[in-house]
Amino acid sequence: MTLTQERPVLSVRGLSVRFLMPGGRRIAAVTDAHFDVAAGECLALIGESGCGKSVLASALLGLLPANAQAAGEARLGELNLLAADERTLARTVRGRMVGLVPQSPAAHLTPVRTIRSQLEETVGALTDARERTAVRAAAEAAAERAAFPTDHLGLHPHELSGGLAQRAATALALVGDAPLLLADEPTTGLDRDLVDHTVDELRRHVDDGRRALLVITHDLAAAERIADRVAVMYAGRIIELTDAKRFFGTPGPRHPYSRGLLQALPDRAFTPVPGMPPELGDLPDGCAFAPRCDRVTDACAVRPPTIDGVACHQPHVPERLRA
Amino acid sequence: MLELHDITAGYDSRTPVVRNVTLTVAPGEAVGLLGPSGCGKSTLARVTALLHRPDSGTLLLDGEPVRRWRHRAPRAHRTVLGVVFQQPRLAADPRLRLTDLIAEPLRATGRRDEIPHSVGELAAAVGLTPDLLDRRPHEVSDGQLQRACLARALVLRPRWLICDEMTAMLDASTTAALVAAVENYRAASGAGLLAVGHDQLLLDRWCDRTLHWDDLAVGAKTKPDQPTR
Ligand code: SF4
Repeated sequence: MTLTQERPVLSVRGLSVRFLMPGGRRIAAVTDAHFDVAAGECLALIGESGCGKSVLASALLGLLPANAQAAGEARLGELNLLAADERTLARTVRGRMVGLVPQSPAAHLTPVRTIRSQLEETVGALTDARERTAVRAAAEAAAERAAFPTDHLGLHPHELSGGLAQRAATALALVGDAPLLLADEPTTGLDRDLVDHTVDELRRHVDDGRRALLVITHDLAAAERIADRVAVMYAGRIIELTDAKRFFGTPGPRHPYSRGLLQALPDRAFTPVPGMPPELGDLPDGCAFAPRCDRVTDACAVRPPTIDGVACHQPHVPERLRA
Repeated sequence: MLELHDITAGYDSRTPVVRNVTLTVAPGEAVGLLGPSGCGKSTLARVTALLHRPDSGTLLLDGEPVRRWRHRAPRAHRTVLGVVFQQPRLAADPRLRLTDLIAEPLRATGRRDEIPHSVGELAAAVGLTPDLLDRRPHEVSDGQLQRACLARALVLRPRWLICDEMTAMLDASTTAALVAAVENYRAASGAGLLAVGHDQLLLDRWCDRTLHWDDLAVGAKTKPDQPTR
């Protein structure tokens, strides 16, 4: 079962995000998301670009643009991240409670400063280390934890390969020893070897049982390698939330969209899900996947409730449960 | 044939990122070129696409040597090559509606009369719906914009296609859809393909044969975990 004995580090209940556009248009970027992530566990949030997964991550970090409205709850300890003010988010949440491993480390790192100086600054901001040698030691320790070679600390971001820039960014995320690590597309554009390396390193940071890891990715191979559970997003909703081994192995996913997504992989059928996702400003009343679904029936004109982690009227039934 | 002979190229002639590379693509053939990021394979793609002049070596297009690159490349050479890059946002003029983006090469070559027919046909082939064609790049997703960039690359019906990390930023379903669109075009036109990428699973599934960068680039040291300087 997916129930964890411990209290989850992050507990999301009914999280929704609406963007208010000029002309009164409303974009339903995230709708009614529910999930938990526990210490020592990795949840991968997967889906195609524009499905709402990055917006969800921004909501957790309090980084939504001004025209966004978030509703629901995202509890991290005693704090509801969605209700926290900017001061709280800046002083106690980002870096201290949530460590962000960014999508594009090149853009996240400051170009004109060495990795060492950025790490030391973060150490100074997020930890009690004040004395010069202590700050230096803490920065080097963070670099080591992220497998960033300490003899490269004097380099600037543009002098680093993609893999090393990713590690530098990961080192920054680890400095504050936050209970939740949030990795937003950590493997985009990396070679497969580096993808494997990066996710294995991220995984190591949760395996000590002290942190929870939420990975947002469109890279299904990376998700399979790192996650204990997966949540599939489609058109702003989590349409399937299940155990990663069952999802990627047998019996496989149950939602028709999840199945289609896996079948698109080059080591599976390599066939796309037909059509494209709907506009988030113009979602149908019923199942948003209906125009692309090969199992659609009249029932699908009504939005399917989520039962056993699957939001579908006709989910695939695991073989052994069939009569 | 698309032939690269002993190509050396880069941005500083003392430290070329491409060294003595030779490879050929036969008509109708799909060749994958696999290498880690930063190894120089994108520079080789740019040489092949006439966008970067090599320091030395020969590029033959259907037997004819290429002597000029970039804006000085003759139209007859440019129009037989279709190119798709990794980052559609960098490759698309943000002011153009998708329909104009796709039609751009037709306009540039004085074939305006073909625009209505070709754009409609290609939009369908890459899976773009009519409502999307009216939008500008910031109003569509990366995947939708990349579909438009692929349509633009195909609009002159090129004999050679160069896809440089075309799907690196995209999800599995959009990747499969774009590769299928390329392959449908190639099946109908007999075009050859050079697909440059870092994902071996993808290239092996997509291409007739996959070349490894380290086997091609004699003497070039490419270790992804070394700093690039
Ligand atoms: S609810 Fe209906 S349309 Fe939606 S995924 Fe399930 S079967 Fe398909």
